[in-house]
Amino acid sequence: MQEITENKEFKPLIVAFCCNWCSYAGADLAGSSRLSYPANVKIIRVPCSCRVNPIFILKAFQRGADGVILCGCHPGDCHYSEGNYRTRRRMSLLFSMLNYLGIEKERTRVEWVSAAEGAKFSAVMNDFVKTITALGENKKLEDLRCKSKN
Amino acid sequence: MQIQELVLHKAEEYLASGKVDRVLAWKKGETFYDNSPAIFTKDNLNGFVYNEFCAPNLSKYLVNESKKEGKILVFLKPCDTYSFNQLVSEHRIDREKIVVIGLECQGMLDEKKIYNLGFKRIEKVEDGLDNIIITADGQQVQIKREELLSVKCVDCKSKEFAVADETIVVNEMKQPDKNSRFSVVSELEKMTEEERFKFWQNELSKCIRCNACRNVCPACTCTHCVFDNNKSGIAGKANSDSFEEKLYHIIRAYHVAGRCTDCGECSRVCPESIPLHLINRKFIKDINDNYGEFQAGKTVSEHNPLVDYTKGDCEPKEMVGK
Amino acid sequence: MYKIKLSDLDKLYKAISEDYPLYLPIKKAGEVNYGLYGEDEEVSLTTLKTVKSPKDAFFPQSEDLVNFKVDGNKIEVIDVRKEEQPFVVMGVRACDFKAFDVLDRVFLVDPLDTFYQNKRNAAIVVTNACTEPEDSCFCKVFGIDASDPSGDITTFIIGENLFWRANTEKGNALTEKVKGLFTETDDKIVAEEQKAIREKINSLPNVNLDLTPFKDEMLDIFNSEKWGKLSEACLGCGACTFVCPTCQCFDIRELTKNDGTVSRFRCWDSCMYSDFTKTAGGQPRTTQMQRYRQRFMHKLVYYPENNEGVYSCVGCGRCVKSCPMHLNIVKVIKAFDKGGKDE
Repeated sequence: MQEITENKEFKPLIVAFCCNWCSYAGADLAGSSRLSYPANVKIIRVPCSCRVNPIFILKAFQRGADGVILCGCHPGDCHYSEGNYRTRRRMSLLFSMLNYLGIEKERTRVEWVSAAEGAKFSAVMNDFVKTITALGENKKLEDLRCKSKN
Repeated sequence: MQIQELVLHKAEEYLASGKVDRVLAWKKGETFYDNSPAIFTKDNLNGFVYNEFCAPNLSKYLVNESKKEGKILVFLKPCDTYSFNQLVSEHRIDREKIVVIGLECQGMLDEKKIYNLGFKRIEKVEDGLDNIIITADGQQVQIKREELLSVKCVDCKSKEFAVADETIVVNEMKQPDKNSRFSVVSELEKMTEEERFKFWQNELSKCIRCNACRNVCPACTCTHCVFDNNKSGIAGKANSDSFEEKLYHIIRAYHVAGRCTDCGECSRVCPESIPLHLINRKFIKDINDNYGEFQAGKTVSEHNPLVDYTKGDCEPKEMVGK
Repeated sequence: MYKIKLSDLDKLYKAISEDYPLYLPIKKAGEVNYGLYGEDEEVSLTTLKTVKSPKDAFFPQSEDLVNFKVDGNKIEVIDVRKEEQPFVVMGVRACDFKAFDVLDRVFLVDPLDTFYQNKRNAAIVVTNACTEPEDSCFCKVFGIDASDPSGDITTFIIGENLFWRANTEKGNALTEKVKGLFTETDDKIVAEEQKAIREKINSLPNVNLDLTPFKDEMLDIFNSEKWGKLSEACLGCGACTFVCPTCQCFDIRELTKNDGTVSRFRCWDSCMYSDFTKTAGGQPRTTQMQRYRQRFMHKLVYYPENNEGVYSCVGCGRCVKSCPMHLNIVKVIKAFDKGGKDE
């Protein structure tokens, strides 16, 4: 059993919160342009990046995410005028706090991806998965109770 | 005249003249340190006290008290006045019904630090400004005030009153050194991620989830907290795994970020003496460094850095870990 | 009676922990709580009051009860109970030991709490006499003798030595295993120390609290106007209940694991919380005064009424030290004292 675990390549679980108007459309474009991004990125569509409550980020880690990325429209292009400006402050402070508590700063990321940037979306996701794979499993924000031992 | 008598006189004066119906202050306990917040009326001022063991911030009680009939007088120490302003800004208390008397504060004391000096029977503790005179075990000793300060007073943010209809100040209050306030946060920032993680893991794993930090916090005034809401999905109550208390303390501090006045009550009340103010203070430092100096409660204002933005704000990656 | 030098205690801990998991007061980040012994841990046996009481050993703050998997209309129930292996709890003070008795009267009566019972039966309890009681101690009020706690083994820290006395068969068995570290001694020094402890306790400020008013008509106390004033500063946090060695209320909650298995667990609850006793039908205690009154009525009136006069307070004084606003059971008892102030 031990051997199998060791030989198994580590495939991180990535949660990507994508805003409906830009980044989710960007992901769509990536798909229709046949640009690939790793299958271990799980996209959660949100109406706007500022819909993401800090609890969502922490819950993602609790439920086994190894990295969390938040994608929204470029600053200034928000469908709701100012949502992503608010996201920027909120997530800056939250991620700074997580790092202050010792969580690796590479584990969290915010990227601005427009609906036209399918290539960027694919590149960002590939890069993020690479970073998290190198970083290894999320041990610092895991919830042992959620992992089944029985 | 001693400050205690001046404060009592002020309370009596306001009650006698009928300008207020009630007084919110502190009441003497059974020993030298255990003063509790209390409401006094004209016919009952028994046990009224103001001394170096009146650490509790009275502002939060006004959320309920100012809903009641009649006017109320409240005694606030300089740091408490910031919490008061913040609550007025958030429309949580009715300023019109309240008379604020600002009180001199030379820094409140922590009885645990006195007991930790090794005394068995403490008879009396007297305030000699720079020194504290302790009569215990048949002897009298003088200890420097700084050594006995409550955790919330160690890095005092200001001795200025953010709001006060009147003030009672007998001895001059020395303005604290502004730079020292963030020194511990800076030290933590300089550590490696691993060192920081170890530090906080050690501290936060002591958490017993008693909610004292939340319930005492003058910025925590939600009528139904997300941690008490069974439908929120995070009302865990348990502290069985290291995740729960991290979630709790991050969200607790995040929810008051930009509104926290740094009164330090959270750290003062923690039965496990977790330095919770260092979490709140990190948010304050980040806000100051990146979005301009901001002190919650300095004035009554709608401004809050977390519901505000500028187009030139830095990107998260420029802030995290810097 | 045996003794061992305090400087050799590490050897004793190590020897015990080779055979049993050993729980004792451990200092972490400045505070002392009961924890599992390890060679890197800083043991602090002389600490009089750990922040949390040792009740965690039998009634942990969170404890898994059962797991189940739901598949359509099939429910698979998974028993998560483990067979409890014998373990040692060391350094238990007289008040905390008495608190185990208070808990027993709740968990070991019908319906029997097997989770608690299994741990209780598996434990070897080593108590420690209080050579330096504090101002906040008032165990004497409840008839507890801090100079002579029982348990499977009783220890006394006197001068440079720890004295060791086995009281039960379990205690004898443990003593046999570690006997090599001890030297034999008589109980003269211990008897002298016990006398000194009793004298110290008699001079404490709160040892003469009068409990007789609580034996009066229950309704008179319940309806007393004093509760309003007594509770007005209460924040409704659970600090007092979570540090209390006798508080036994818990909530049962569920957590869905990542694979869909539902874990049902219990965790401590506090009668100070606004959602305590809340049911679909509503909340019988709507104000903090009612909740505050409930806590003390339970400790001083209801519990003794149901348990041959045994109070569910042991006078450990933890709540005296931990209440953010300095409200506590001593103030309540004094408020109802007939000779006391009327407020």
